[in-house]
Amino acid sequence: MWELIRANQRKSVVLFVIMGIVLIALGFVIGLGLDPKGNGSGAIFGIIIALVVWFIMSLIAVTSGSSIMLSASGAKEVTEDVAPQLYNVVDEIRIAAGMNKMPKIYIINSDAPNAFATGMNPDKAAVAVTAGLLARMNRDELQGVIAHEMSHVMNRDVRFMTIAGVMLGSIVIISEIFVRSMIFGGGGGKKGGQAQIIIMLIALVFAILAPILAQLLYFSISRKREYLADASAARLTRYPEGLASALEKISNSTEDMPMANKVTAAMYICNPLKKKGMKMSDLSSTHPPISERIRILRAMAGGAGFNNYQSAYNQIKGKTINIIPAGELKQQDDPGIRMGLTGAADDNKAMARSSSDIMMKVNNYSFINCDCGLKLKVPANFTGDAVRCPRCGTIHQMSEFRG
Amino acid sequence: MIALWIVLGVIVILILMIIGMYNSLIRLRNQVKNAWSQIDVQLKRRHDLIPNLIETVKGYMTHERGTFEAITQARSNAMSATTVAQKGQTEGVLSGLMGKLQVAVEAYPELKANQNFLALQEELTSTENKISFSRQAYNDQVLFYNNKIQVFPSNIIAGMFNFQNETFFEIADASEKEVPKVSFS
Repeated sequence: MWELIRANQRKSVVLFVIMGIVLIALGFVIGLGLDPKGNGSGAIFGIIIALVVWFIMSLIAVTSGSSIMLSASGAKEVTEDVAPQLYNVVDEIRIAAGMNKMPKIYIINSDAPNAFATGMNPDKAAVAVTAGLLARMNRDELQGVIAHEMSHVMNRDVRFMTIAGVMLGSIVIISEIFVRSMIFGGGGGKKGGQAQIIIMLIALVFAILAPILAQLLYFSISRKREYLADASAARLTRYPEGLASALEKISNSTEDMPMANKVTAAMYICNPLKKKGMKMSDLSSTHPPISERIRILRAMAGGAGFNNYQSAYNQIKGKTINIIPAGELKQQDDPGIRMGLTGAADDNKAMARSSSDIMMKVNNYSFINCDCGLKLKVPANFTGDAVRCPRCGTIHQMSEFRG
Repeated sequence: MIALWIVLGVIVILILMIIGMYNSLIRLRNQVKNAWSQIDVQLKRRHDLIPNLIETVKGYMTHERGTFEAITQARSNAMSATTVAQKGQTEGVLSGLMGKLQVAVEAYPELKANQNFLALQEELTSTENKISFSRQAYNDQVLFYNNKIQVFPSNIIAGMFNFQNETFFEIADASEKEVPKVSFS
């Protein structure tokens, strides 16, 4: 496990440096292009502005990135007694991953099945799932999804994607402001000068290209980390089929996640921004094609270890790309695959009901167990004093049930 | 004079390396201990759940008295086990019996409508999972630690300060080894 995290950290540093150079170069070129005094001092000014933008955005992302991400998706925290099974599954994965602290659990009120994790390190982890996910997944599938999400935290993907995302964001913002001011403000053409015009053009081209390049870099790395998280999830749960069948269910759904955007998309288990008929394999996707992820997981015949995932990956892709660092592969023994929990077909009705019960508990519904066996669910904004059971007619006083 | 400085430098570097290796061995050994305590917590939890479970299902599952008695016996055996190997053996027997009970439940549909039982079953499933996951995490740690003790150069330090190999926690899976008995009586 440690070799893998270390390799990830090395890659983080490399990406950090490359994006940093792009950012500084962008500030330099734009500053030089605008250069109000015409003596080159603008270049230094440009760099300073670029660094200040980056610094402020980093500060915000590191201190409150998680809470921004959670509140932007409308997630609500749940406790053990509201969603016991979800809590247990998260606790199981926490134990399997050897984490010390129990992550916080959130639920998002959306019918689209999806999930994400945040937290710069395992002690600050939080995991959020949608109500639609709970309504569709059986226990093994839910375990696969949670294991995939926790792996993002354990592999330090969240930290890495936050840093890379902030860099990308800074580059986009600076380029955008510059390009727009060129189009609408007509900033050029004050002082003629052949050289000045050429620099200006270079700055313009650079400002248009930089965000695109940075995005491609961001996306390609994001895709690779999805495979890695799949491999880790299979290893943690010893059951690749759980995640595979969860992904299959997710890919069959047509609902859209309304609260996701291009930067937060990388955090979800599968791309929340997919459109109907869109090919997910294109360069600007944060996630690898879901059908391919499923096929790789199902091709893991010999066991649930990293070596098994790597050879399944090579087999499906038809080429060898190291998803898992060689140093990690060497020191792994490959555990076998365990048996699935439920052989029988899913009880869809029961799963949908328990999911909607959780949503109602999150929204402070009162639950009344009538003697006739009916469970009455009363919304929090109900103001009456009593409700009548629709089956047996018993009157229940609301004062007994309101907390 | 220069030679003296070089010798001194080498000695200082060696001492620092020894300290570093010693500390990392200690850290690993503590992680193994911590992982073991996680298993212990889950095993205790299972022992606590069993009487509760039997109390709930007793009324429904009237034909399983023999299984209940075997489980109770296996539970008290498991609770009195002390060494890692002993625990592996006794918990294995208990795991096999609990699996049998889970299968037997399928024959009692009215039990599956009982909210109390469903909650208990979720607790039990989760505890079984936690036991195998914590065992998994413990064995990973032990493998890592044992490797560290055996490979050069940390094996020298391990030998000097008497670091011992830790035992893997293997649960003897009774259900796998036992040939299923079919009776037509």
